[in-house]
Amino acid sequence: MKLTQEQQALLNGEKGQTMAKVMKTLVMYGEIFGAEKMVPVTSRYNHLVTSFGLKALGPVYDLMDQLIAAGAVSGQKFSADPRPLDPKVPANFLQNLVFKKFMYSKQGFYEGQLKALGLKDEDAFSCACYLDEQGNRPQQGEVLSWAESSAVVYANSVLGARCNRNSGIMDLMGSIAGFVPYFGLLTDEGRRASWVVKVQTTEKPEAQLLGSAIGMKVMEDVPYVVGLDRWLGNELNDSACAYLKDFGAATASNGAVGLYHIDGLTPEAKQQGKDLILPGAKEYVIDDAELRRVKESYPLVWKNPGAKPKLCFVGCPHLSLQQLKGWTDALEEGLKAAGRKKLAVPTVFTTAPGVKKAFEATGHAARFAATGAILSCICPLMYMNNPLCGPMPVITCSNKLRTYTTARYYTEAEILDIITKGAAGK
Amino acid sequence: MKEFHGRVVAPGCVSAPALVSHGGLNTLASFQKALQFGDKAATCGDQNNPDLYGKPMAGKALCLPQTIGSTTGGLVLYCACSMDRQPACLLFSNPIDSLAAAGSVLAAVWLDDVQMPVIDCLGEEFLNFVQDGMTITVKEDGTVQVGGPAS
Repeated sequence: MKLTQEQQALLNGEKGQTMAKVMKTLVMYGEIFGAEKMVPVTSRYNHLVTSFGLKALGPVYDLMDQLIAAGAVSGQKFSADPRPLDPKVPANFLQNLVFKKFMYSKQGFYEGQLKALGLKDEDAFSCACYLDEQGNRPQQGEVLSWAESSAVVYANSVLGARCNRNSGIMDLMGSIAGFVPYFGLLTDEGRRASWVVKVQTTEKPEAQLLGSAIGMKVMEDVPYVVGLDRWLGNELNDSACAYLKDFGAATASNGAVGLYHIDGLTPEAKQQGKDLILPGAKEYVIDDAELRRVKESYPLVWKNPGAKPKLCFVGCPHLSLQQLKGWTDALEEGLKAAGRKKLAVPTVFTTAPGVKKAFEATGHAARFAATGAILSCICPLMYMNNPLCGPMPVITCSNKLRTYTTARYYTEAEILDIITKGAAGK
Repeated sequence: MKEFHGRVVAPGCVSAPALVSHGGLNTLASFQKALQFGDKAATCGDQNNPDLYGKPMAGKALCLPQTIGSTTGGLVLYCACSMDRQPACLLFSNPIDSLAAAGSVLAAVWLDDVQMPVIDCLGEEFLNFVQDGMTITVKEDGTVQVGGPAS
Protein backbone atom coordinates (compact mmCIF):
# COMPACT_ATOMS: atom_id res chain seq x y z
CA MET A 1 0.00 0.00 0.00
CA LYS A 2 1.29 3.45 -0.88
CA LEU A 3 1.00 5.80 2.09
CA THR A 4 1.24 9.58 2.19
CA GLN A 5 4.01 11.15 4.29
CA GLU A 6 1.49 11.84 7.07
CA GLN A 7 0.22 8.26 7.07
CA GLN A 8 3.74 6.83 6.97
CA ALA A 9 4.73 9.05 9.90
CA LEU A 10 1.83 7.70 11.93
CA LEU A 11 2.84 4.15 11.05
CA ASN A 12 6.44 4.92 12.03
CA GLY A 13 5.32 5.96 15.49
CA GLU A 14 5.73 9.73 15.29
CA LYS A 15 2.54 10.11 17.33
CA GLY A 16 3.32 7.24 19.66
CA GLN A 17 3.23 3.47 19.59
CA THR A 18 -0.52 3.17 20.13
CA MET A 19 -1.25 5.38 17.11
CA ALA A 20 1.27 3.33 15.14
CA LYS A 21 -0.70 0.20 16.05
CA VAL A 22 -3.92 1.87 14.90
CA MET A 23 -2.30 2.59 11.51
CA LYS A 24 -0.81 -0.88 11.33
CA THR A 25 -4.28 -2.34 11.92
CA LEU A 26 -5.76 -0.29 9.08
CA VAL A 27 -2.88 -1.03 6.70
CA MET A 28 -2.98 -4.79 7.33
CA TYR A 29 -6.79 -4.74 6.96
CA GLY A 30 -6.54 -2.91 3.63
CA GLU A 31 -3.74 -5.06 2.27
CA ILE A 32 -5.84 -8.20 2.68
CA PHE A 33 -8.23 -6.66 0.13
CA GLY A 34 -5.54 -5.31 -2.19
CA ALA A 35 -6.06 -1.67 -1.17
CA GLU A 36 -3.35 0.48 -2.73
CA LYS A 37 -4.01 3.60 -0.70
CA MET A 38 -5.84 5.10 2.26
CA VAL A 39 -8.51 7.77 1.72
CA PRO A 40 -9.73 10.42 4.17
CA VAL A 41 -12.95 9.83 6.10
CA THR A 42 -15.17 12.69 4.90
CA SER A 43 -18.42 12.24 6.83
CA ARG A 44 -19.19 14.60 9.71
CA TYR A 45 -19.85 11.80 12.20
CA ASN A 46 -18.86 8.18 12.66
CA HIS A 47 -21.13 5.38 13.92
CA LEU A 48 -20.00 2.53 16.19
CA VAL A 49 -21.70 -0.83 16.54
CA THR A 50 -20.67 -1.41 20.16
CA SER A 51 -22.89 0.34 22.68
CA PHE A 52 -23.35 -2.40 25.24
CA GLY A 53 -21.35 -2.84 28.40
CA LEU A 54 -21.33 -6.61 28.31
CA LYS A 55 -19.13 -8.03 31.02
CA ALA A 56 -17.89 -10.62 28.52
CA LEU A 57 -16.27 -7.96 26.33
CA GLY A 58 -13.36 -7.36 28.71
CA PRO A 59 -10.76 -7.53 25.91
CA VAL A 60 -12.54 -4.66 24.11
CA TYR A 61 -12.52 -2.44 27.21
CA ASP A 62 -8.81 -3.15 27.69
CA LEU A 63 -8.14 -2.05 24.13
CA MET A 64 -10.27 1.09 24.56
CA ASP A 65 -8.32 1.91 27.72
CA GLN A 66 -5.08 1.69 25.77
CA LEU A 67 -6.44 4.09 23.15
CA ILE A 68 -7.73 6.60 25.71
CA ALA A 69 -4.53 6.51 27.76
CA ALA A 70 -2.51 7.26 24.63
CA GLY A 71 -4.82 10.09 23.56
CA ALA A 72 -5.70 8.12 20.42
CA VAL A 73 -9.34 9.23 20.34
CA SER A 74 -11.75 9.74 17.48
CA GLY A 75 -11.18 12.78 15.33
CA GLN A 76 -14.91 12.98 14.64
CA LYS A 77 -17.79 12.64 17.07
CA PHE A 78 -19.77 9.42 16.73
CA SER A 79 -23.14 7.86 17.42
CA ALA A 80 -23.45 4.27 18.63
CA ASP A 81 -25.94 1.42 18.62
CA PRO A 82 -28.80 1.41 21.15
CA ARG A 83 -28.35 0.85 24.86
CA PRO A 84 -29.30 -2.65 26.05
CA LEU A 85 -31.54 -1.81 29.00
CA ASP A 86 -34.64 0.21 29.81
CA PRO A 87 -36.65 -0.17 33.06
CA LYS A 88 -39.89 0.30 31.07
CA VAL A 89 -39.37 -2.94 29.17
CA PRO A 90 -40.98 -5.85 31.04
CA ALA A 91 -38.46 -7.97 32.96
CA ASN A 92 -38.89 -10.09 36.05
CA PHE A 93 -36.80 -9.89 39.20
CA LEU A 94 -34.37 -12.57 38.05
CA GLN A 95 -33.91 -10.99 34.62
CA ASN A 96 -33.21 -7.60 36.18
CA LEU A 97 -30.68 -9.21 38.46
CA VAL A 98 -28.93 -10.98 35.56
CA PHE A 99 -29.00 -7.83 33.38
CA LYS A 100 -27.62 -5.39 35.94
CA LYS A 101 -25.39 -7.50 38.15
CA PHE A 102 -24.02 -9.90 35.59
CA MET A 103 -24.50 -9.24 31.87
CA TYR A 104 -24.39 -5.46 31.59
CA SER A 105 -22.51 -4.63 34.76
CA LYS A 106 -19.96 -2.70 32.68
CA GLN A 107 -22.55 -0.44 30.99
CA GLY A 108 -21.73 2.70 32.97
CA PHE A 109 -18.00 2.11 32.67
CA TYR A 110 -18.22 1.54 28.91
CA GLU A 111 -20.36 4.62 28.32
CA GLY A 112 -17.63 6.56 30.13
CA GLN A 113 -15.12 5.14 27.67
CA LEU A 114 -17.34 6.12 24.73
CA LYS A 115 -17.56 9.70 26.02
CA ALA A 116 -13.78 9.86 26.34
CA LEU A 117 -13.39 8.54 22.80
CA GLY A 118 -15.84 11.00 21.18
CA LEU A 119 -19.50 10.06 21.73
CA LYS A 120 -21.72 12.65 19.99
CA ASP A 121 -24.23 13.19 22.84
CA GLU A 122 -26.37 11.40 25.42
CA ASP A 123 -29.07 10.62 22.85
CA ALA A 124 -26.70 9.27 20.21
CA PHE A 125 -27.72 5.64 20.81
CA SER A 126 -29.61 4.12 17.87
CA CYS A 127 -28.92 1.62 15.10
CA ALA A 128 -30.85 4.01 12.81
CA CYS A 129 -28.51 6.98 13.38
CA TYR A 130 -29.28 8.23 9.86
CA LEU A 131 -32.89 9.13 10.66
CA ASP A 132 -33.43 12.90 10.42
CA GLU A 133 -34.21 13.16 14.14
CA GLN A 134 -30.86 11.54 15.07
CA GLY A 135 -28.76 13.86 12.97
CA ASN A 136 -26.10 11.51 11.64
CA ARG A 137 -27.08 11.40 7.99
CA PRO A 138 -24.19 11.31 5.51
CA GLN A 139 -24.40 12.71 2.00
CA GLN A 140 -23.95 10.85 -1.28
CA GLY A 141 -20.27 10.18 -2.02
CA GLU A 142 -19.01 10.78 1.52
CA VAL A 143 -16.53 8.21 2.86
CA LEU A 144 -17.46 6.60 6.18
CA SER A 145 -15.78 4.40 8.76
CA TRP A 146 -19.07 3.09 10.15
CA ALA A 147 -20.03 -0.29 11.53
CA GLU A 148 -23.53 -1.70 12.32
CA SER A 149 -24.62 -3.83 9.42
CA SER A 150 -28.08 -2.27 9.01
CA ALA A 151 -26.71 1.29 9.12
CA VAL A 152 -23.89 0.54 6.67
CA VAL A 153 -26.22 -1.02 4.10
CA TYR A 154 -28.66 1.91 4.44
CA ALA A 155 -25.91 4.54 4.14
CA ASN A 156 -24.50 2.87 1.04
CA SER A 157 -27.75 2.00 -0.68
CA VAL A 158 -30.30 4.67 0.20
CA LEU A 159 -27.98 7.63 0.86
CA GLY A 160 -25.24 6.75 -1.64
CA ALA A 161 -22.44 7.19 0.91
CA ARG A 162 -19.40 4.91 0.69
CA CYS A 163 -18.58 2.52 3.49
CA ASN A 164 -17.27 -1.00 3.81
CA ARG A 165 -18.83 -3.47 6.22
CA ASN A 166 -16.36 -2.57 8.92
CA SER A 167 -16.22 -4.55 12.09
CA GLY A 168 -16.63 -3.14 15.57
CA ILE A 169 -13.29 -1.66 16.76
CA MET A 170 -12.20 -1.27 13.12
CA ASP A 171 -14.91 1.41 12.82
CA LEU A 172 -13.21 3.39 15.59
CA MET A 173 -9.71 2.89 14.17
CA GLY A 174 -10.77 4.66 10.96
CA SER A 175 -11.99 7.74 12.76
CA ILE A 176 -8.96 7.85 15.07
CA ALA A 177 -6.58 7.83 12.11
CA GLY A 178 -8.92 9.86 9.88
CA PHE A 179 -8.27 7.44 6.99
CA VAL A 180 -9.67 4.15 5.77
CA PRO A 181 -8.22 1.71 3.24
CA TYR A 182 -9.62 2.15 -0.24
CA PHE A 183 -11.24 -1.08 -1.39
CA GLY A 184 -14.58 -2.82 -1.86
CA LEU A 185 -17.64 -0.63 -1.49
CA LEU A 186 -15.55 2.55 -1.52
CA THR A 187 -14.64 1.96 -5.18
CA ASP A 188 -16.83 2.40 -8.27
CA GLU A 189 -16.12 -1.18 -9.38
CA GLY A 190 -16.94 -2.60 -5.95
CA ARG A 191 -20.38 -0.99 -6.11
CA ARG A 192 -21.45 -2.82 -9.27
CA ALA A 193 -23.96 -5.62 -8.98
CA SER A 194 -23.13 -9.29 -9.52
CA TRP A 195 -26.74 -10.39 -9.00
CA VAL A 196 -29.97 -9.33 -10.65
CA VAL A 197 -32.93 -10.03 -8.38
CA LYS A 198 -36.32 -10.08 -10.09
CA VAL A 199 -39.24 -9.43 -7.75
CA GLN A 200 -42.32 -11.06 -9.28
CA THR A 201 -44.69 -11.26 -6.32
CA THR A 202 -48.42 -10.67 -6.67
CA GLU A 203 -48.48 -8.24 -3.73
CA LYS A 204 -46.02 -5.92 -1.99
CA PRO A 205 -43.46 -8.26 -0.42
CA GLU A 206 -42.81 -8.07 3.31
CA ALA A 207 -39.62 -5.99 3.58
CA GLN A 208 -37.86 -8.19 6.12
CA LEU A 209 -38.82 -11.41 4.35
CA LEU A 210 -37.63 -10.17 0.96
CA GLY A 211 -34.38 -8.93 2.50
CA SER A 212 -33.86 -12.25 4.23
CA ALA A 213 -34.33 -14.20 0.98
CA ILE A 214 -31.87 -11.97 -0.88
CA GLY A 215 -29.29 -11.98 1.92
CA MET A 216 -29.29 -15.76 2.14
CA LYS A 217 -28.91 -16.07 -1.63
CA VAL A 218 -26.28 -13.44 -2.50
CA MET A 219 -24.33 -13.45 0.82
CA GLU A 220 -21.96 -10.45 0.52
CA ASP A 221 -22.47 -9.67 -3.16
CA VAL A 222 -24.22 -6.56 -4.47
CA PRO A 223 -27.75 -7.23 -5.78
CA TYR A 224 -29.56 -5.06 -8.33
CA VAL A 225 -33.26 -5.47 -7.59
CA VAL A 226 -35.82 -5.01 -10.36
CA GLY A 227 -39.58 -4.99 -9.95
CA LEU A 228 -39.65 -3.49 -6.46
CA ASP A 229 -40.28 0.07 -7.65
CA ARG A 230 -43.67 -1.26 -8.76
CA TRP A 231 -44.54 -1.47 -5.06
CA LEU A 232 -42.42 1.34 -3.63
CA GLY A 233 -42.68 3.97 -6.38
CA ASN A 234 -39.81 6.04 -7.69
CA GLU A 235 -39.33 8.54 -4.89
CA LEU A 236 -37.39 8.04 -1.67
CA ASN A 237 -40.23 9.26 0.53
CA ASP A 238 -40.73 8.33 4.21
CA SER A 239 -42.58 5.15 3.36
CA ALA A 240 -39.99 3.90 0.84
CA CYS A 241 -37.10 4.78 3.16
CA ALA A 242 -38.69 2.91 6.08
CA TYR A 243 -39.25 -0.11 3.86
CA LEU A 244 -35.65 -0.05 2.62
CA LYS A 245 -34.34 0.34 6.20
CA ASP A 246 -36.07 -2.90 7.23
CA PHE A 247 -35.30 -4.67 3.96
CA GLY A 248 -31.62 -3.78 4.19
CA ALA A 249 -31.30 -4.91 7.81
CA ALA A 250 -32.54 -8.35 6.78
CA THR A 251 -30.16 -8.58 3.80
CA ALA A 252 -27.27 -7.72 6.12
CA SER A 253 -28.15 -10.03 9.02
CA ASN A 254 -29.38 -13.05 7.06
CA GLY A 255 -26.49 -12.56 4.64
CA ALA A 256 -23.69 -10.02 4.47
CA VAL A 257 -25.04 -7.45 2.02
CA GLY A 258 -23.39 -4.04 2.34
CA LEU A 259 -25.01 -2.40 -0.68
CA TYR A 260 -28.04 -3.00 -2.85
CA HIS A 261 -29.49 -1.08 -5.75
CA ILE A 262 -33.24 -0.77 -6.34
CA ASP A 263 -34.04 -0.14 -9.99
CA GLY A 264 -35.65 3.26 -10.47
CA LEU A 265 -35.42 4.21 -6.79
CA THR A 266 -32.04 4.29 -5.01
CA PRO A 267 -29.64 7.08 -6.01
CA GLU A 268 -27.03 5.16 -7.98
CA ALA A 269 -29.66 3.02 -9.72
CA LYS A 270 -31.43 6.21 -10.79
CA GLN A 271 -28.20 7.80 -12.00
CA GLN A 272 -26.54 4.80 -13.67
CA GLY A 273 -29.40 2.36 -14.22
CA LYS A 274 -28.53 -1.10 -15.48
CA ASP A 275 -24.95 -0.01 -16.25
CA LEU A 276 -24.37 -0.95 -12.60
CA ILE A 277 -24.88 -4.62 -13.45
CA LEU A 278 -21.67 -6.58 -14.09
CA PRO A 279 -21.47 -8.79 -17.18
CA GLY A 280 -22.42 -12.36 -16.33
CA ALA A 281 -24.42 -11.36 -13.26
CA LYS A 282 -26.39 -14.23 -11.73
CA GLU A 283 -30.19 -14.11 -11.54
CA TYR A 284 -32.57 -14.79 -8.66
CA VAL A 285 -36.32 -14.71 -9.19
CA ILE A 286 -38.49 -14.07 -6.14
CA ASP A 287 -42.17 -14.90 -6.35
CA ASP A 288 -44.83 -15.69 -3.76
CA ALA A 289 -43.74 -19.33 -3.52
CA GLU A 290 -40.11 -18.39 -2.90
CA LEU A 291 -41.04 -16.04 -0.07
CA ARG A 292 -43.25 -18.75 1.42
CA ARG A 293 -40.37 -21.24 1.19
CA VAL A 294 -37.99 -18.86 2.93
CA LYS A 295 -40.41 -18.12 5.76
CA GLU A 296 -41.14 -21.80 6.30
CA SER A 297 -37.40 -22.53 6.50
CA TYR A 298 -36.95 -20.51 9.69
CA PRO A 299 -36.28 -22.79 12.65
CA LEU A 300 -38.61 -22.54 15.65
CA VAL A 301 -36.57 -23.10 18.79
CA TRP A 302 -39.25 -22.55 21.41
CA LYS A 303 -39.46 -25.38 23.92
CA ASN A 304 -43.23 -25.39 23.50
CA PRO A 305 -44.06 -24.46 19.89
CA GLY A 306 -47.70 -23.87 20.84
CA ALA A 307 -46.90 -21.47 23.69
CA LYS A 308 -48.85 -18.23 23.99
CA PRO A 309 -46.56 -15.26 23.28
CA LYS A 310 -45.45 -13.44 26.44
CA LEU A 311 -43.72 -10.50 24.79
CA CYS A 312 -43.53 -8.90 21.37
CA PHE A 313 -40.82 -6.64 19.93
CA VAL A 314 -41.38 -4.35 16.96
CA GLY A 315 -38.56 -2.11 15.76
CA CYS A 316 -35.30 -3.87 14.99
CA PRO A 317 -33.89 -1.80 13.36
CA HIS A 318 -35.37 1.20 15.19
CA LEU A 319 -38.68 2.53 13.87
CA SER A 320 -39.01 5.80 11.99
CA LEU A 321 -41.49 8.50 13.01
CA GLN A 322 -43.72 7.60 10.09
CA GLN A 323 -43.68 3.92 11.12
CA LEU A 324 -44.61 4.76 14.72
CA LYS A 325 -47.57 6.80 13.50
CA GLY A 326 -48.58 3.99 11.15
CA TRP A 327 -48.42 1.41 13.94
CA THR A 328 -50.52 3.67 16.20
CA ASP A 329 -53.28 3.82 13.58
CA ALA A 330 -53.04 0.09 12.98
CA LEU A 331 -53.16 -0.76 16.71
CA GLU A 332 -56.26 1.35 17.21
CA GLU A 333 -58.02 -0.19 14.25
CA GLY A 334 -56.99 -3.71 15.28
CA LEU A 335 -58.18 -3.23 18.86
CA LYS A 336 -61.46 -1.75 17.68
CA ALA A 337 -62.08 -4.70 15.36
CA ALA A 338 -61.23 -7.11 18.18
CA GLY A 339 -63.46 -5.28 20.68
CA ARG A 340 -60.55 -4.69 23.03
CA LYS A 341 -59.09 -1.59 24.67
CA LYS A 342 -55.57 -2.84 25.40
CA LEU A 343 -53.10 -5.05 23.57
CA ALA A 344 -53.38 -8.74 24.36
CA VAL A 345 -49.61 -9.28 24.35
CA PRO A 346 -47.15 -6.91 26.06
CA THR A 347 -45.53 -5.21 23.09
CA VAL A 348 -42.42 -3.04 22.99
CA PHE A 349 -41.90 -0.71 20.05
CA THR A 350 -38.30 0.45 19.78
CA THR A 351 -37.12 3.66 18.20
CA ALA A 352 -34.29 6.20 18.30
CA PRO A 353 -34.18 8.75 21.17
CA GLY A 354 -34.62 11.66 18.75
CA VAL A 355 -37.60 9.98 17.08
CA LYS A 356 -39.12 9.19 20.48
CA LYS A 357 -38.98 12.86 21.42
CA ALA A 358 -40.51 13.92 18.09
CA PHE A 359 -43.23 11.28 18.41
CA GLU A 360 -44.08 12.34 21.95
CA ALA A 361 -44.71 15.84 20.63
CA THR A 362 -47.41 14.55 18.25
CA GLY A 363 -51.04 13.70 18.93
CA HIS A 364 -50.27 10.07 18.13
CA ALA A 365 -48.29 9.58 21.37
CA ALA A 366 -51.29 9.59 23.72
CA ARG A 367 -53.25 7.33 21.37
CA PHE A 368 -50.29 4.93 21.22
CA ALA A 369 -49.96 4.85 25.02
CA ALA A 370 -53.69 4.23 25.38
CA THR A 371 -53.31 0.89 23.61
CA GLY A 372 -50.94 -0.29 26.34
CA ALA A 373 -47.99 -0.43 23.95
CA ILE A 374 -44.56 0.41 25.37
CA LEU A 375 -42.16 2.79 23.64
CA SER A 376 -38.45 2.30 24.29
CA CYS A 377 -35.05 3.08 22.81
CA ILE A 378 -33.29 -0.16 23.72
CA CYS A 379 -31.78 -2.78 21.45
CA PRO A 380 -34.20 -5.72 21.65
CA LEU A 381 -31.44 -8.02 20.51
CA MET A 382 -29.33 -7.12 23.52
CA TYR A 383 -32.35 -7.47 25.82
CA MET A 384 -33.00 -11.01 24.57
CA ASN A 385 -29.39 -12.03 24.55
CA ASN A 386 -29.50 -13.91 27.87
CA PRO A 387 -30.34 -17.45 29.00
CA LEU A 388 -33.57 -16.37 30.74
CA CYS A 389 -35.07 -15.28 27.42
CA GLY A 390 -34.32 -18.67 25.87
CA PRO A 391 -37.44 -20.43 27.15
CA MET A 392 -39.57 -17.26 26.86
CA PRO A 393 -42.02 -17.18 23.91
CA VAL A 394 -41.17 -13.83 22.30
CA ILE A 395 -42.53 -12.86 18.90
CA THR A 396 -41.30 -10.26 16.42
CA CYS A 397 -41.65 -9.01 12.85
CA SER A 398 -37.90 -8.37 12.75
CA ASN A 399 -35.90 -10.85 10.77
CA LYS A 400 -32.73 -9.53 12.38
CA LEU A 401 -34.04 -10.21 15.88
CA ARG A 402 -35.19 -13.68 14.78
CA THR A 403 -31.73 -14.44 13.43
CA TYR A 404 -29.86 -13.71 16.65
CA THR A 405 -32.34 -14.84 19.30
CA THR A 406 -35.08 -17.36 20.03
CA ALA A 407 -37.77 -14.86 18.97
CA ARG A 408 -40.35 -16.24 16.54
CA TYR A 409 -40.86 -14.38 13.29
CA TYR A 410 -44.25 -13.28 11.96
CA THR A 411 -45.13 -10.78 9.25
CA GLU A 412 -46.28 -7.35 10.40
CA ALA A 413 -49.92 -8.22 9.60
CA GLU A 414 -49.67 -11.43 11.62
CA ILE A 415 -48.07 -9.58 14.54
CA LEU A 416 -50.88 -7.02 14.49
CA ASP A 417 -53.42 -9.83 14.58
CA ILE A 418 -51.73 -11.59 17.49
CA ILE A 419 -51.16 -8.56 19.69
CA THR A 420 -54.59 -7.02 19.15
CA LYS A 421 -56.73 -10.16 19.15
CA GLY A 422 -54.62 -12.43 21.28
CA ALA A 423 -54.82 -14.88 18.41
CA ALA A 424 -52.32 -17.72 18.48
CA GLY A 425 -49.86 -17.62 15.60
CA LYS A 426 -49.82 -20.27 12.92
CA MET B 1 -5.05 -37.32 1.75
CA LYS B 2 -5.79 -34.35 -0.46
CA GLU B 3 -3.97 -31.01 -0.65
CA PHE B 4 -5.42 -27.60 -1.29
CA HIS B 5 -3.62 -24.28 -1.67
CA GLY B 6 -4.94 -20.93 -0.55
CA ARG B 7 -3.76 -17.45 0.31
CA VAL B 8 -2.20 -16.87 3.71
CA VAL B 9 -4.13 -14.16 5.56
CA ALA B 10 -2.62 -14.94 8.98
CA PRO B 11 0.37 -17.29 8.96
CA GLY B 12 0.93 -20.30 11.15
CA CYS B 13 1.04 -24.10 11.26
CA VAL B 14 -1.57 -26.20 12.99
CA SER B 15 -3.19 -29.62 12.94
CA ALA B 16 -6.79 -30.01 14.11
CA PRO B 17 -10.03 -31.87 13.37
CA ALA B 18 -12.26 -30.22 10.77
CA LEU B 19 -15.58 -28.57 11.53
CA VAL B 20 -17.44 -27.67 8.37
CA SER B 21 -20.07 -25.03 7.66
CA HIS B 22 -21.46 -25.00 4.15
CA GLY B 23 -23.36 -21.79 4.77
CA GLY B 24 -21.89 -18.51 6.00
CA LEU B 25 -20.81 -18.40 9.63
CA ASN B 26 -22.80 -15.81 11.53
CA THR B 27 -20.05 -14.92 14.01
CA LEU B 28 -22.18 -13.08 16.56
CA ALA B 29 -24.95 -15.67 16.55
CA SER B 30 -22.40 -18.50 16.77
CA PHE B 31 -20.15 -17.18 19.55
CA GLN B 32 -22.30 -14.84 21.66
CA LYS B 33 -23.47 -17.36 24.24
CA ALA B 34 -20.09 -19.03 24.52
CA LEU B 35 -18.35 -15.75 25.25
CA GLN B 36 -20.91 -14.59 27.77
CA PHE B 37 -21.47 -17.71 29.77
CA GLY B 38 -18.08 -19.26 30.25
CA ASP B 39 -18.32 -22.00 27.63
CA LYS B 40 -14.66 -22.80 26.94
CA ALA B 41 -15.61 -25.19 24.12
CA ALA B 42 -17.33 -22.31 22.30
CA THR B 43 -20.44 -24.31 21.41
CA CYS B 44 -22.09 -22.83 18.34
CA GLY B 45 -25.33 -21.05 19.26
CA ASP B 46 -26.57 -20.20 15.77
CA GLN B 47 -29.83 -22.08 15.31
CA ASN B 48 -29.90 -21.02 11.65
CA ASN B 49 -26.75 -22.97 10.88
CA PRO B 50 -27.64 -26.68 10.87
CA ASP B 51 -24.03 -27.69 10.16
CA LEU B 52 -22.62 -26.07 13.31
CA TYR B 53 -25.45 -25.60 15.82
CA GLY B 54 -24.60 -27.22 19.12
CA LYS B 55 -21.07 -28.24 18.10
CA PRO B 56 -17.91 -27.03 19.87
CA MET B 57 -15.84 -24.64 17.74
CA ALA B 58 -12.82 -23.95 19.96
CA GLY B 59 -9.73 -25.78 18.76
CA LYS B 60 -11.38 -26.96 15.54
CA ALA B 61 -10.23 -26.28 11.99
CA LEU B 62 -13.26 -24.25 10.98
CA CYS B 63 -13.94 -24.67 7.26
CA LEU B 64 -16.43 -22.22 5.76
CA PRO B 65 -17.26 -20.09 2.74
CA GLN B 66 -17.21 -16.75 4.61
CA THR B 67 -18.68 -15.06 7.67
CA ILE B 68 -21.99 -13.17 7.59
CA GLY B 69 -24.23 -11.05 9.78
CA SER B 70 -23.55 -8.44 12.42
CA THR B 71 -20.57 -6.12 12.11
CA THR B 72 -19.65 -7.08 15.65
CA GLY B 73 -18.18 -10.13 13.88
CA GLY B 74 -14.53 -9.04 13.98
CA LEU B 75 -14.80 -7.84 17.55
CA VAL B 76 -16.36 -11.16 18.57
CA LEU B 77 -13.49 -13.09 16.95
CA TYR B 78 -11.02 -10.77 18.68
CA CYS B 79 -12.64 -11.51 22.05
CA ALA B 80 -12.72 -15.25 21.32
CA CYS B 81 -8.96 -15.12 20.62
CA SER B 82 -8.29 -13.08 23.74
CA MET B 83 -10.26 -15.58 25.86
CA ASP B 84 -8.60 -18.58 24.18
CA ARG B 85 -11.88 -19.86 22.74
CA GLN B 86 -11.01 -19.37 19.07
CA PRO B 87 -10.99 -22.07 16.38
CA ALA B 88 -7.57 -23.63 15.70
CA CYS B 89 -7.67 -22.01 12.27
CA LEU B 90 -10.11 -20.43 9.82
CA LEU B 91 -10.18 -21.95 6.34
CA PHE B 92 -12.26 -20.05 3.79
CA SER B 93 -13.28 -21.44 0.42
CA ASN B 94 -14.07 -17.88 -0.78
CA PRO B 95 -11.98 -14.73 -0.48
CA ILE B 96 -12.15 -13.61 3.14
CA ASP B 97 -14.86 -11.09 4.08
CA SER B 98 -14.24 -7.78 5.85
CA LEU B 99 -15.46 -8.91 9.27
CA ALA B 100 -13.36 -12.06 9.53
CA ALA B 101 -10.41 -10.11 8.17
CA ALA B 102 -10.88 -7.48 10.87
CA GLY B 103 -10.98 -10.12 13.60
CA SER B 104 -7.81 -11.72 12.30
CA VAL B 105 -5.95 -8.39 12.05
CA LEU B 106 -7.12 -7.10 15.43
CA ALA B 107 -5.94 -10.29 17.11
CA ALA B 108 -2.58 -10.15 15.32
CA VAL B 109 -1.88 -6.48 16.15
CA TRP B 110 -3.40 -6.04 19.60
CA LEU B 111 -3.01 -9.42 21.30
CA ASP B 112 0.17 -11.25 22.25
CA ASP B 113 0.85 -14.88 21.41
CA VAL B 114 -2.41 -15.62 19.58
CA GLN B 115 -2.27 -18.51 17.16
CA MET B 116 -5.11 -18.68 14.64
CA PRO B 117 -3.84 -19.25 11.10
CA VAL B 118 -6.26 -17.94 8.48
CA ILE B 119 -6.24 -19.16 4.87
CA ASP B 120 -8.72 -18.03 2.20
CA CYS B 121 -9.43 -18.72 -1.49
CA LEU B 122 -9.27 -22.51 -1.00
CA GLY B 123 -12.01 -23.01 -3.59
CA GLU B 124 -15.38 -24.70 -3.70
CA GLU B 125 -13.81 -28.11 -4.14
CA PHE B 126 -12.22 -27.78 -0.69
CA LEU B 127 -15.57 -27.23 0.97
CA ASN B 128 -17.15 -30.05 -1.04
CA PHE B 129 -14.40 -32.45 -0.01
CA VAL B 130 -13.78 -31.73 3.65
CA GLN B 131 -16.02 -33.31 6.30
CA ASP B 132 -16.41 -32.97 10.05
CA GLY B 133 -13.70 -34.81 11.96
CA MET B 134 -11.20 -35.13 9.11
CA THR B 135 -7.68 -34.23 10.19
CA ILE B 136 -6.56 -30.88 8.80
CA THR B 137 -2.94 -29.79 8.65
CA VAL B 138 -2.19 -26.17 7.79
CA LYS B 139 1.28 -25.21 6.62
CA GLU B 140 3.05 -21.86 6.66
CA ASP B 141 2.77 -21.40 2.87
CA GLY B 142 -1.03 -21.78 2.76
CA THR B 143 -1.08 -25.49 1.96
CA VAL B 144 -3.99 -27.27 3.61
CA GLN B 145 -3.80 -31.05 3.87
CA VAL B 146 -7.06 -32.88 4.45
CA GLY B 147 -6.54 -36.37 5.79
CA GLY B 148 -8.74 -39.21 6.93
CA PRO B 149 -11.15 -39.27 9.84
CA ALA B 150 -9.73 -38.03 13.13
CA SER B 151 -8.58 -40.78 15.48
